[in-house]
Amino acid sequence: MEQLAQIQSVTAIAIGLMIGLAGLGAAIGVALVGSRFLESAARQPEMMNALQPKLFVIAGLVDAIFIITVAVGLMFAFANPLLAVVSK
Amino acid sequence: MSEHVYAPANPTEYIQHHLHNWKVGEGFWTFHLDTFWVALIVGFLFVGLFALVARRATSGVPGRLQNMVEMIVGMVDDQVKSTFHGRSRMVGPLALTVFMWIVVMNSMDFFPVDFLPKIAQWFAVSFFGADPHHVYMRVVPTADINQTLAMSLTVIICTVGLGISAKGPVGFVKEIFTAPFHAHGVGMMIALAPINFFMQMVEYLSKTLSLAMRLAGNMFAGELVFMLIALMPWWAQWVGGAPWAIFHILIVILQAYIFMMLTIVYCSLAVEEH
Repeated sequence: MEQLAQIQSVTAIAIGLMIGLAGLGAAIGVALVGSRFLESAARQPEMMNALQPKLFVIAGLVDAIFIITVAVGLMFAFANPLLAVVSK
Repeated sequence: MSEHVYAPANPTEYIQHHLHNWKVGEGFWTFHLDTFWVALIVGFLFVGLFALVARRATSGVPGRLQNMVEMIVGMVDDQVKSTFHGRSRMVGPLALTVFMWIVVMNSMDFFPVDFLPKIAQWFAVSFFGADPHHVYMRVVPTADINQTLAMSLTVIICTVGLGISAKGPVGFVKEIFTAPFHAHGVGMMIALAPINFFMQMVEYLSKTLSLAMRLAGNMFAGELVFMLIALMPWWAQWVGGAPWAIFHILIVILQAYIFMMLTIVYCSLAVEEH
């Protein structure tokens, strides 16, 4: 029981760190992409239509890492594979 | 009816039940039947719909459906034309298939999470006498890493084929051993060959894995959040469900678009001369 609680508490901290750090990085990344897009659109408004799909592609690529982290974190929260060691 | 309904004991069990695939076979040869059939059925829906529209296409005033199909085909065609400069006629259809197939597979997420599994349970219990606890169904094929890995592997094999057809077998093999680091002397060329080969293999592996993981991870996370929303009391579900479903429309289209764009980019990288 004690081991179970220990694994759960460590996993909870790990999930928090994972999602928090990934969210921080993804937010900074998307903000950089967005600010550069606005800058370039202000400098050359005729390029806006050409740049917009690229903005979405890069935002999606950056966002995907965060989303994958969230998925792994939620997997650890609801179907923790590490708990199998104790429950045996 | 009550014996047909499977009531999970706690949230963890509910989610684990929903994350379990309907599978046959053991170990390496495990086969996910739900992923397979859902992907196949929605894929044929897309092919059938587009074929129907193409057959009934008019040059006069187009209907709403024809307009939509023309818009999608035109969008994919524009992207292929602006990114891919080879001579292959395969890339356009490949990109369209990848895009639309992923869109329809991802869209299975918009069914309520319990809708299709409950139907499957009712069906299995009433006609096959199955135990409702052991009827598993995951309706989003792209949330299964096997499906996305199969798609990304196919795309990578297509790029290898395009590379061979563009440069010839000799040119393709030569590029594997001389590509990222170019050498001038014969001695340097031999010295760099294993490093180049290693780098190329890492590149192929990371392309395959990142393409598959990105899509599967996004859809898996979306699915899980819908499940968490389904755990809330029924009168509160729309508070979480409506915003997440609307946001999820963006993710569904965006991930399909990214997969398509990367497919085109990898194809164009394969035919490019170094």
